[in-house]
Amino acid sequence: MSLSHEAADGIAHVSGVDPFWGKLSWGVFPFYEPIVLVTFIVVMLGGLAVVGALTYYRLWGYLWKEWFTSIDHKKIGIMYMVLGLIMLLRGFADALLMRGHQAIAASGGEGYLNAHHYDQIFTAHGVIMIFFVAMPFVTGFMNYVMPLQIGARDVAFPFLNNLSFWLTVSGAILIMLSLFVGEFSTAGWLAYAPFSGLEYSPSVGMDYYLWSLNIAGIGTTLSGINLVVTIVKMRAPGMTWMRMPVFVWTSLCTNILIVVTFPVLTATLALLTADRYLGTHFFTNELGGNPMMYVNLIWIWGHPEVYILILPIFGIFSEIVPTFTGKRLFGYTSMVYATCVIMILSYLVWLHHFFTMGAGANVNAFFGITTMIISIPTGAKVFNWLFTMYKGRIRFETPMLWVMGFMLTFVIGGMTGVLLAVPPADYVLHNSLFLIAHFHNVIIGGVVFGIFAGIIYWWPKAFGFKLEPFWGKVSFWCWLIGFYLAFMPLYVLGLMGVTRRLSQFETTFYSVYFIVALIGALFVAAGIAAFLVQIYVSIRNRDALRDLTGDPWDGRTLEWSTSSPPPYYNFAFTPRVHGLDAFTQMKREGFVRPTEGFVPIHMPRYTATGVVMAGLMTVMGFALIWHIWWLAVVSFAATLIYGIGHTYNYNRDYYVPADEVREIEEQRTRLLAGAAE
Amino acid sequence: MAQTDTEQPNEFFVIEEPHHGDDHEEHHETGTMLGFWIYLMSDCLIFGILFATYGVLGRNYAAGPAPADLFDIQMILVATFALLFSSITYGFAVLRMEMDDLRGTVFWLIVTVLFGAGFLYLELLEFTHLWHIGATPMASAFLSSFFFLVGTHGLHVLGGSIWLIVLLTQLGLHGLTPENRRRVMCLSLFWHFLDLIWIGVFSLVYLTGVLL
Repeated sequence: MSLSHEAADGIAHVSGVDPFWGKLSWGVFPFYEPIVLVTFIVVMLGGLAVVGALTYYRLWGYLWKEWFTSIDHKKIGIMYMVLGLIMLLRGFADALLMRGHQAIAASGGEGYLNAHHYDQIFTAHGVIMIFFVAMPFVTGFMNYVMPLQIGARDVAFPFLNNLSFWLTVSGAILIMLSLFVGEFSTAGWLAYAPFSGLEYSPSVGMDYYLWSLNIAGIGTTLSGINLVVTIVKMRAPGMTWMRMPVFVWTSLCTNILIVVTFPVLTATLALLTADRYLGTHFFTNELGGNPMMYVNLIWIWGHPEVYILILPIFGIFSEIVPTFTGKRLFGYTSMVYATCVIMILSYLVWLHHFFTMGAGANVNAFFGITTMIISIPTGAKVFNWLFTMYKGRIRFETPMLWVMGFMLTFVIGGMTGVLLAVPPADYVLHNSLFLIAHFHNVIIGGVVFGIFAGIIYWWPKAFGFKLEPFWGKVSFWCWLIGFYLAFMPLYVLGLMGVTRRLSQFETTFYSVYFIVALIGALFVAAGIAAFLVQIYVSIRNRDALRDLTGDPWDGRTLEWSTSSPPPYYNFAFTPRVHGLDAFTQMKREGFVRPTEGFVPIHMPRYTATGVVMAGLMTVMGFALIWHIWWLAVVSFAATLIYGIGHTYNYNRDYYVPADEVREIEEQRTRLLAGAAE
Repeated sequence: MAQTDTEQPNEFFVIEEPHHGDDHEEHHETGTMLGFWIYLMSDCLIFGILFATYGVLGRNYAAGPAPADLFDIQMILVATFALLFSSITYGFAVLRMEMDDLRGTVFWLIVTVLFGAGFLYLELLEFTHLWHIGATPMASAFLSSFFFLVGTHGLHVLGGSIWLIVLLTQLGLHGLTPENRRRVMCLSLFWHFLDLIWIGVFSLVYLTGVLL
């Protein structure tokens, strides 16, 4: 007893925190920064407008009942996409700020960001773009599309799916809060120790980083487990492993990677958290700590993470290319094996991120060679897509444009990656803008292009109408031109020796390159704006763009065999699969949609547990960041009790009556008949 | 599969038998067990990282105490046996469950939770003793990694014990329903898994620590 009393005294004494408010005080609001103040006012006004509109149109009840508490994988998938889009705007605003500042600073001006603020912005940009833009987008795709492609009615653990989503939101909320309450980390997106330790980063910024990623990371791990089990256990009868659509294969490999890497992130961040909160010595400079241990651990997670992002995108391209070429995918088997090989190799290359650590020539050679080997299966994939297109009847719809843009851009990014994989070359290029250009080249040219291709491809499935193509093409060309303008100069600058994360320059020699890069970023901004316009215009013209068949692109996989949007039970009858490209086969062999003989369908019930638990964990994270210990204990206990309480609820599923199924299906029959006339 | 194809090439959907009553929990069972198994493997990776950390930092005493100065191997042996026996008694509980014997299942689960509590008590004794002689996690990298590896295992045992108690109340409320059986099996996996981790901890941390 006396021990814990002393410990508590010690903590209060050391940090000098208020027992009730923790480290919170009026001084934590950074309104002395004009940029933050303006942003705050804009966000507040925007937020008030949204809240006001939702209240005025009485949408809160609808949102809560139909969306927030929903455990329908399709609705959760769409919510992931919305989260990704919102966070893309935030992350891109950071990018524009940096591009603008560097263009001024490299031209002899002072720029508008002080060094401390600049450091926060590049950290926030990286963290947000990876964890809260790319991850929600790919998870959203996997959630929405994969169960439909395997002919399932939901994922294996529908409640867990809802909880995973809200834990991701919880992490996003904490990051967004750091903009206005306190500050964010300055330690870069991977928070290398010992700089991220208490001694060099004493502010709450690092704590925002740690708790945000810990909470979101748990959500991602749970989601990974969920989707692996879904694919292994819930495929429609007849869908053997080698009949799964390639997107399902890439989802499987991605989620296996999530399960084997996110625990590493959780453990690593927990150790860093312990260093900061308890004063342990894992990654410190004193008393035997080892900062290089941190760098190894974080990249053991970090390198597979980039494959977690790109593999599902490869899957998306593998769906789009055959559809718009009117041919089956060239080399399905090699595509599957390439995916699996990439999955395994991605775990064996992490050290190439720090050749300069000096692990020795042999170690560097090993990791350099594995890194180069990984380009072989990736190259095989590119050839497969090319050969699929060869002699096909290609339709240049918008998704196909993104695919073409991807193939050119991604190959360039891949080749600069192979350059970086040569350890002696890396000693020159390490942490230079060449590296920045390389990974933006593969992530924008690969992941982002794929996300847009996928959104346009599956939008009609999700909402029942196509996206308007004109603005889609404007968006594509702005992005493509913008990308090359923004990042090709960075390759040149990197070769000249300019390092990353600089906010000041001593010479105006680089000015023109940074100005071109800024123009590129403005093109990208136009691309994002055109994308939003595209959505707006399409919603306005939705009647003209309506697709009643459920199969607007002449699709090849099962998701196109049901209506658009699909009924909440996905399929009135579970499909039976006889080969690859199941829906193409169904169409070829004259499949007739069954209109009678409906049976009750087993479905899970909606629950608010996920939202409530994630909400409590957000409060807990906030309390821990600000050292409000009582609130942390209370919210943790509440989360635990609420979660345990949920296990006493045995009434979690129900049967949709056959009559209800019949009614929904007959409605579709009438629509289809109307469309045929 | 190939046979089905040739026999019924045009059958593109399945007509399910309508279900009735409570049997619908059954077909989720395999999915849950697989999911829980995958979760355990992900947890195993967390321990893997902690073992690796101990492997790297475990000799960094920072002029402080070393394992030979700290560990009371006899007490640890008693704790180890408490945990190993709890695994056996959990096995008895599962055997009883297979015989549809609710009372027997509950009895052995209570014995299990008592062994678990005994293990936790001994661990608490050890930790407070170390703390009192100044061997805190803040004293050296060795002690940081020691407390985290052993403590994370201890927290898992604590979590498992709380789960056991919750499960006992649920068995009392609903009996051996398919859902409760599944939960007993999941916790069984979890409990044996913790035993396995402890064998690693005992060998790597305590035995090698005292021997070297």
